[in-house]
Amino acid sequence: MTALLEVCNLSVAFGPFHAVEGVDLLVAPGEVLCVVGESGSGKSVSMLAVMGLLPRTGRVAADRVAFRGADVLHATPRNRRRLIGREMAMVFQEPTTSLNPCYPIGWQIAEAMRAHHAAPRAEIRGRVVALLGQVGVPAPEQRMRAFPHQLSGGLNQRAMIAMAIACNPALLIADEPTTALDVTVQKGVLDLLVGLQRERGMGLVLITHDMGVVAETAQRVQVMYAGQVMEEQPAAPLFAHPRHPYTAALLDALPERAEGKPRLPTIPGVVPGAGDRPAGCLFAPRCRFRTPHCDAERPALRKAFGARVRCHYPLDDAGQPTGYPA
Amino acid sequence: MFRLLARRLALIVPTFIGVTLLGFLLIHSIPGDPVEVRVGERGISPERLAYFRHELGLDQPLWKQFLDYQGQLLQGDLGRSVVTQESVWTEFKTFFPATLELAACALLFAVALGLPLGVMAAVRRGSALDYGLIGLSVTGASMPIFWWGLMAVLIFSVALGWTPVSGRIDDLYYVEPWSGFLLIDSWWSDDAGAFRSALRHLILPAIVLGTIPLATIARMTRSAMLEVLGEDYVRTARAKGLAPGRVVVVHALRNALIPVVTVLGLQVGALLGGAILTETVFAWPGVGHWLVESVQRRDYNVLQGGTLLIAVLVMLVNLGVDVLYGVLNPRLRH
Amino acid sequence: MSATLAAPGAGLFRRLLENPGAVAGLVVMAVLIVVAVAAPLIAPHGPAEQFREHFLAPPFQQAAFPLGTDSLGRDILTRLIYGARLSLLIGATVVALSLSIGTLLGLTAAFAGGVLDIAIMRLMDVLLVFPSLLLAIVVVAILGPGLTNAMLAVAVVLLPGYVRLARAAALGELTREYVVATRSAGAGVLRLMLLVVLPNCLAPLIVQATLGFSAAILDAAALGFLGLGAQPPTPEWGTMLADALQFYQRAWWLLAFPGIAILVTVMAFNLLGDGLRDALDPKLRR
Repeated sequence: MTALLEVCNLSVAFGPFHAVEGVDLLVAPGEVLCVVGESGSGKSVSMLAVMGLLPRTGRVAADRVAFRGADVLHATPRNRRRLIGREMAMVFQEPTTSLNPCYPIGWQIAEAMRAHHAAPRAEIRGRVVALLGQVGVPAPEQRMRAFPHQLSGGLNQRAMIAMAIACNPALLIADEPTTALDVTVQKGVLDLLVGLQRERGMGLVLITHDMGVVAETAQRVQVMYAGQVMEEQPAAPLFAHPRHPYTAALLDALPERAEGKPRLPTIPGVVPGAGDRPAGCLFAPRCRFRTPHCDAERPALRKAFGARVRCHYPLDDAGQPTGYPA
Repeated sequence: MFRLLARRLALIVPTFIGVTLLGFLLIHSIPGDPVEVRVGERGISPERLAYFRHELGLDQPLWKQFLDYQGQLLQGDLGRSVVTQESVWTEFKTFFPATLELAACALLFAVALGLPLGVMAAVRRGSALDYGLIGLSVTGASMPIFWWGLMAVLIFSVALGWTPVSGRIDDLYYVEPWSGFLLIDSWWSDDAGAFRSALRHLILPAIVLGTIPLATIARMTRSAMLEVLGEDYVRTARAKGLAPGRVVVVHALRNALIPVVTVLGLQVGALLGGAILTETVFAWPGVGHWLVESVQRRDYNVLQGGTLLIAVLVMLVNLGVDVLYGVLNPRLRH
Repeated sequence: MSATLAAPGAGLFRRLLENPGAVAGLVVMAVLIVVAVAAPLIAPHGPAEQFREHFLAPPFQQAAFPLGTDSLGRDILTRLIYGARLSLLIGATVVALSLSIGTLLGLTAAFAGGVLDIAIMRLMDVLLVFPSLLLAIVVVAILGPGLTNAMLAVAVVLLPGYVRLARAAALGELTREYVVATRSAGAGVLRLMLLVVLPNCLAPLIVQATLGFSAAILDAAALGFLGLGAQPPTPEWGTMLADALQFYQRAWWLLAFPGIAILVTVMAFNLLGDGLRDALDPKLRR
């Protein structure tokens, strides 16, 4: 069975700054993949690159970007637009600024359908109402005439989701869909996304910085750091036995795992920016297990304990680095 | 929306009173005897002076004179021209269509060219077109249009002979005035030559008068578009797979229009000011020409009445722009 | 804003020099000032000197009259050079007048509040209703034509911009903590107004003043052109254009050079003003 989305060796640079470096990604139909990382780790940029939504200053290079086996990277803009918004849709972080303030939300949802001839003109109105109901917007008949500034962030995000699924996409990319929302509505939106994914059998790429969100949703997890994939494995083993020290540190920073400890562990330092990218492992400056070898040579992504991990000393089941110099 | 409109309307009343008071006081501060100024006669006999003084109400206290003046205004009486003895309102009505026609065509020219140019420059930011447009808009906005008008006459009328030097229409043609707008009246006059002549007379002054608004609109459109094109909702529109043209026009330009309309409203006052110069250069028989002549003839009644009418016009246009602004911006509507 | 003015020199000037338009504006301004100051030294002739045997001489033909002569045989280049003096004088006078009075009115409105605030701002609204050139024409019609009255008229026209800016900036500053602190320390209103609040809202006023320079030159030239400003034989650029009206169809140089002088000068101040605005407020840079 062909993969829904296949990305090989994707790199994105803004001038001298490498926002994304050598990212591989594979999403099977109906699968939930979580891409996790701190802000600035390149997780959004790589997805925007796949969608072709980066500003012109971003230079994209890849060995292959394919959707259902068809090349997207070299597709003509027209062919790419046929795909985007119909087969492959995206939900953004800031619902209120991501919706056009000049048009009612119903109009904006209908526009997505009209652009791809997803429904006969006469049926579009009814479909919009149905979609809004499906994403849990109360009184959809009235709300479809509302402008974004009249609705709460949570409702706007539901409208965004309705817009994204309007053409029954096979793949939905959600970029931090709950980050900008009030804590009380975050769970609702997340449950909606996962529910829609199950109902429709969509592939879902969920970009987040929140390990808690990952725990609730993911089948497979990709951990990104400073533009590189650090670790990739199915969700359950990842939470049980993280193989990369960075993943381990992220998990340790979860409040529910920190019970009994006097204070929540944090990862010291910050993600390297344009000027201070280390020559060796990008995570080395913040790593507990850093060695001179880490500073000298950048590790490759390799298989270890059934996971793919970018570390010279992947952690064993006890959380200890293997092959570590004595 | 209605509250906004009501508030604006309420603000117009004190501004109107202020405008009339200012006009009233200015005319009263003219050096020389007010009767001579008003009647336009010099060295008249004391009996006649006293007669006019009483007749014109100038023997009343100033506040009473102002109230009387207000009363007259509310009855639509703007006084009579000292030179022609015609009522100011009647004269205004004859000259105004020419100015309106000129200003409307100038604005049309500025919008029809400035909007797409600004959009294209923003979309192709940093291109030769963009830099060219920036250069042109800086030049246009600094243009002394009376000079620009004369240069245009020199080049296009005198040297190339493409357009007539001045006036609204060739003397050959007589067009029955119906709307007062020559383009419309000559269109209905069955005489194809009349319409062509009117159009040829109009083109150059309209371009000259439209130059500064063109520069301003192009520049404002460009910067508003640059801002809007970076907004999240434009990315959303692209994420829907919409064609680039639709993203730019339906999603970006629709939002960029809101600040552009504000600028457009401010341009109307500037346009009427520019009309004074343009009409002088092209001997265009409009309100601006009329007012400049009234200054030269020391016809203060005309100057006062005409200025007041133009101020009222600007107030009405501003009100219209406020309404348009509310229509364009849903966030203000609710 | 207070941070940008804490070091008005270095940072601001460096950012200004990064802007090619502003640099061009500065260069033109410097040239104009030099020309204006040194006019008697560099001008080939006297501004009113008439060469009867050389009237309407075309430009680029004789070394004595590089830009040609006008209908009275006066050297155009010379008159343009002396005109630069007038233009700078007009700009400086008008801006000084409208900036000082406007700022004072704006600050007064902001500090006094209440009826005085409303009265001042309503008056400004009234002034803004008139197209600026029309208002200037009315004022000149009443005061009588002439350069001084034209300058006064233009100053009145430009007033509302400064009043509104000063008031808005002062109202913004008045809520800041340092003003509250100075107030509670017992500083007098006038002291507070001129020594504490004013320096902190200078930035937008400086920008407006630079742009006002170009507006003043343009409007004064327009009045001169209409015969309501400087009177002949004053070598004011707008008046020179009015003089040219009779002969321009056969002597284009009468028209071209004064107009170019106005255009270049106005453009220089506009570019400089835009550059200053960008340099003072990096947020607005695009």
